[in-house]
Amino acid sequence: MAKVTIDGIEVEVPDGTTILNAARKIGGELVPPAMCYYTSLKDSGGKCRVCLVKVAQGSTKDPRPMPKLVASCRTPVMDGMVVQSKSSAEVLEARKAVVEFLLINHPLDCPICDQAGECDLQNLAYEHGAAATRYEEDRRTFEKIDIGDKIKLHMTRCILCYRCTFVADQLTNDRVHGVLSRGDKSEISTYIHKAVDNDFSGNMIDVCPVGALTDKTFRFKSRVWFTNPVDAHRNCTKCSGKVILWKKGDDILRVSARKDKYGEVTEYICNECRFEHKTVSDWTTEGPRHVEHNSVISQNHYERTDLLKLKKEIERQIEFEKGAHLPPEPSPKLHE
Amino acid sequence: MGKKFLLEHVNVPGIETLPVYQSKGGYASVEKAIKTMTPEQLIEEVKFSDLRGRGGAGFPTGLKWSFMDKKSEKPRYLVVNADESEPGTFKDRYLMEKLPHILIEGMIVSCFALGSKTGYIYIRGEYMYIVRILEKAIDEAYKAGFLGKNILGTDFSCDIYVHPGAGAYICGEETALLESLEGKRGNPRLKPPFPAIAGLYACPTVVNNVESIAAIPTIVNITADKYNDVGIGKSAGTKLISASGHINKPGIYEIELGLPVEEFIYSDEYCGGIWKGRKLKAVVAGGSSVPILPANLILKTAKGESRLMTYESLADGGFVSGTMLGSGGFIVMDETACIVRNLWTFARFYHHESCGQCSPCREGTGWMEKVLHRIEHGHGHMEDIDLLVSVAKKIEGNTICPLGDAAAWPVASAIRHFREEFEYHVKYPEKVKDPKHFEKEPFVSESLLMNA
Ligand SMILES: Cc1cc2nc3c(=O)[nH]c(=O)nc-3n(C[C@H](O)[C@H](O)[C@H](O)COP(=O)(O)O)c2cc1C
Ligand code: SF4
Ligand code: SF4
Ligand code: FES
Repeated sequence: MAKVTIDGIEVEVPDGTTILNAARKIGGELVPPAMCYYTSLKDSGGKCRVCLVKVAQGSTKDPRPMPKLVASCRTPVMDGMVVQSKSSAEVLEARKAVVEFLLINHPLDCPICDQAGECDLQNLAYEHGAAATRYEEDRRTFEKIDIGDKIKLHMTRCILCYRCTFVADQLTNDRVHGVLSRGDKSEISTYIHKAVDNDFSGNMIDVCPVGALTDKTFRFKSRVWFTNPVDAHRNCTKCSGKVILWKKGDDILRVSARKDKYGEVTEYICNECRFEHKTVSDWTTEGPRHVEHNSVISQNHYERTDLLKLKKEIERQIEFEKGAHLPPEPSPKLHE
Repeated sequence: MGKKFLLEHVNVPGIETLPVYQSKGGYASVEKAIKTMTPEQLIEEVKFSDLRGRGGAGFPTGLKWSFMDKKSEKPRYLVVNADESEPGTFKDRYLMEKLPHILIEGMIVSCFALGSKTGYIYIRGEYMYIVRILEKAIDEAYKAGFLGKNILGTDFSCDIYVHPGAGAYICGEETALLESLEGKRGNPRLKPPFPAIAGLYACPTVVNNVESIAAIPTIVNITADKYNDVGIGKSAGTKLISASGHINKPGIYEIELGLPVEEFIYSDEYCGGIWKGRKLKAVVAGGSSVPILPANLILKTAKGESRLMTYESLADGGFVSGTMLGSGGFIVMDETACIVRNLWTFARFYHHESCGQCSPCREGTGWMEKVLHRIEHGHGHMEDIDLLVSVAKKIEGNTICPLGDAAAWPVASAIRHFREEFEYHVKYPEKVKDPKHFEKEPFVSESLLMNA
């Protein structure tokens, strides 16, 4: 076990845990954002550089600080390590820089993008970005392509996190897509259109942090925040069959895997569950989905967050009435 | 005349063949090392020689060797980095073309020291003709019993393979090189683990530059003590410098470390002075990745001391008024050179060569190139200059591999030392539209004009 201090809060984690996961164990605002790392995908991370943190003390044995900011998603903790995340101006500056870099070539077509409302890049830009751009050059563009009969690739939106290639490598038998070319000309692609065809390829859509890979059965049907997510399951021979149904009235507009509060899929699902079962009678409904992932959809219409906030405030006042001192204000982000 | 450890016999006819090379003392170090020394002694000797990596970073070679995982049961590898793609650097090409056996000799001794049975030469694809030269030399070495099983009757066996790359600068970065050698896309790996622990096929590996390995036979032959008599302090031995640009005698020179920069530029033994009787304007001393310095700062440090061709002296003043020896690509610019145009050329290179794995480098290199293109072609704004500084700062230190830094440093230093020239480009867009603008009318800074 190793003891680490992140932004002044101490936590004990097993040896080999990354700084990012140690921070997630503490939770709250100090957790670095992550755009490329994905816990269940081996070798992911280290690329986007948005999770940078400062290591002010390497370990008890070797207290020297690390010379550069490090990618928290790939740096293991050491006993006695002291890390600065949100408390370091240098770190915030670097994250802001990464957001700016990720956005200069991004098309910013959120108004017509299916990912809007549940997009990691939107959230990141909202929290760490600047309102205006300093980039006046042409943005790079690519043609949209069909990489499978159910998946559309908008390469212009891709941030090259490589997650989808890891999914193809680790979840399916055959990876038929990958990264072609280099530098800012790199693109995710298949040599042959519609080549991606296997039972688990749909998970690429779920791991994609942006709207680069979208579900063709859902494209342009609805903004996600107008849909009603419910947990449901069915008996499936290929996967756990545990999914989220994104409904409008009795119509199932989309089926996706379930995600944790960091936006990571908890159980991957098969393409049959995802694409072939769009009638309510196919599923056993479990109840409304509480979307913890910090995003526009967590503000959706069926869960009245303003009422929840009011309820918390009333509870707080009651505590005060009981004679105790005033408890701290609830965090503005209710779901953290 | 300075001492020549590498190029002493370079002009001997037939030196690329084994018999002639041997007649000049070639392969003596193999005999000496594997028959009279232990691997540990060899590593100590290399440490003691103060040899530093000649590929750019200048990391002490003996120390790197001592990091090799000794507990591992896995095979160990020596990989020679012959990817040489840094603009301004062309010394490894010359060395391998003229003296292929010195590299092979160095590799055999190094493999013995490292406990490795296999050595690879990863060579840039554009050097295809050198692949043939090397393979011919390797053949000769096998036939003469210097390679293969039971070398010189001992129980040491060693094989060497040549592997051409496919034309990416990034494959010169040691971990990208290893990926490429394994047959994968040449993306740099995240470090740690370092190659000495998990390198080629996840086995302990040492990656060294061609010139570093070629220095090993001399160290073994004349002893480390004599080797580090040449040079100053922690800059020991000789170094190949690729001299190019506006000089009378461009070419490859072997210098003793410690040679004054002024002597290197102006003496007839080396560059022979600036061509066409012009004045020196600036020098990029160690390949395109290192900070550019104006004439006054390359000849003398900020403290007024004469600047020497050593790792320490060139770095004197840090990034404010110093630079780096790097890989020894010495690019000289006379008064007609346009710093903005030169920088744009470098920026274009880094934009083209970024592997695209991490966002600051992938996006930032392209951004800098586009802004520089605008300024150079008379479409810049004053704010662009600070924008460039800011973008460079945001790349630096935040990337997976040093290519990001290599792209950022030239930008930061050119603006630091030649800001007025950037401003001139913005102020006089009509004048700079002609690509040869400063050839017609050399740039003179306004502050100098006012003083005159
Ligand atoms: C982008 C990049 C390109 C590089 N290219 C080369 C190269 O072409 N040749 C080389 O020897 N080292 C190159 N290096 C340095 C290598 O990573 C490594 O440090 C070197 O091969 C180690 O050898 P040395 O210790 O003998 O210098 C490059 C580094 C970077 C970051
Ligand atoms: S398509 Fe999506 S998942 Fe794949 S690399 Fe691009 S952003 Fe990542
Ligand atoms: S710094 Fe550039 S070249 Fe190096 S890993 Fe990142 S994108 Fe690739
Ligand atoms: S999440 Fe760590 S670098 Fe992308």
